Amino acid sequence: MLDFQWMADHLDDLAVRTLQHIELAAIAVAIGLLISFALAVLAVRRRATYGPILAATDILYTIPSLALFVVFITITGISLLTVEIPLVLYTLVIFVRNIAAGFDSIPREVLEAANGLGYTARQRLWRVEVPLAVPLILAGVRLATVSTIALVTVTSVLGDSFGGLGYFILEGYRRSFPTELYFGAVPSVVLALLADFALAQVQRRLTPWQQTEQRAVPPPFVKSDGWI
Amino acid sequence: MDLIVRTLAWLTDPIHWAGPNGIPARMLEHVGLSAVSLLLAIAIALPIGLYIGHSRRFIWLAVNSATLWRALPSLALIAIVLPITAAIDPQAGFKVYPTVVAMVVLAVPPILVNAQAGVTGVERDMVEAGRGQGMSEWQILQRIELPLAVPVIVAGIRSAAIQIVATATLGAILGFGGLGRYLVEGFATFSLGGDAEVVAGALLVAALVVVVEAAFAAAQYLLTPRGLRRQRSETTVAA
Repeated sequence: MLDFQWMADHLDDLAVRTLQHIELAAIAVAIGLLISFALAVLAVRRRATYGPILAATDILYTIPSLALFVVFITITGISLLTVEIPLVLYTLVIFVRNIAAGFDSIPREVLEAANGLGYTARQRLWRVEVPLAVPLILAGVRLATVSTIALVTVTSVLGDSFGGLGYFILEGYRRSFPTELYFGAVPSVVLALLADFALAQVQRRLTPWQQTEQRAVPPPFVKSDGWI
Repeated sequence: MDLIVRTLAWLTDPIHWAGPNGIPARMLEHVGLSAVSLLLAIAIALPIGLYIGHSRRFIWLAVNSATLWRALPSLALIAIVLPITAAIDPQAGFKVYPTVVAMVVLAVPPILVNAQAGVTGVERDMVEAGRGQGMSEWQILQRIELPLAVPVIVAGIRSAAIQIVATATLGAILGFGGLGRYLVEGFATFSLGGDAEVVAGALLVAALVVVVEAAFAAAQYLLTPRGLRRQRSETTVAA
């Protein structure tokens, strides 16, 4: 059923598409993290903005990815921007929520102690708040990375120059060629699992004081947090 | 502006409200597939989640495999299932089953994790009180833990439902109908005015998501025991 010769002949394509996949995802996660950090600081500093910011990112999340990609073509044409803007937008809901919760988890006394020591707001942010929020920020990075890797496959609908491994999925489907379908689908699953595993190791290294179990247990899904 | 006008024109054109590619038919397909997937996911995830939550065994395993499951890309899953089910049943196997399988996979983790967390989160004193009154384990689960865990359990099902409704659109890329059809079709004729169809399709999905969200919010309220309604359910983070 599967044509292994074809696979062997296309290994260089696989490498190119895998790199593209990682690149498209990495850009989105990096930009998403920066924007979310600013939004989360704003939300925590100016409490009145907390609710609206979280609500706005929540609404974004309920828009189907396919729709968002295609709708952005009307604005930015078929370009890298059309791929990256929706990807970045989808990372926001994970990041903002997690970073804001990371800041919120810091006990008041700690913040007051920092104030008492004469820290300026900026010093307190970088030397006290950010380090203490690291566990939740990392958890956010892990989740956002994995979900973005899944979403990159969908960008294949925007044309052959995008999509990463999703390119093979779409091509294989169009040509009714299961070999190519699997050539894209299986590696994208593997890539997502590898990224999840790698980032779990990063979490372990950077936050060794957290118990493995504590770290592994995601809190219940109370709000919608579907990502596709 | 022009796009808004054309989208409204598309949505109000009677042609788009009739036949197998009409809005009612596509809406029905979409809702039907979503409902079937959600029920299957509940049938799988709820008993496991309740068992794990009550017995407190395998929590670590369940939660970790749930996080792993969440990493699976839906489009890739549909693609992996497609050739297999197409070989078994050339008709529905090509169009319906792959999307259903991917949607069930998508929906299991939130339902399972929430069922487990909801039951585990019930105060131990209450469970012990039940045990002291001579309740069996089954009675404890059914009369104490389940009612108290309802808000969290329904929140999980609600989250799963929203994800399914939004993600089922991906099925259209690989042959399934539903509302995603308009996105794919509109994209194919994009420069010829298909952009209005895309926006219309996106609006229809968004409308469906809002309706589902509202329905579950109501269900959550009605299923929650009266004594618990006052407490606001906490919003939590995804980790």
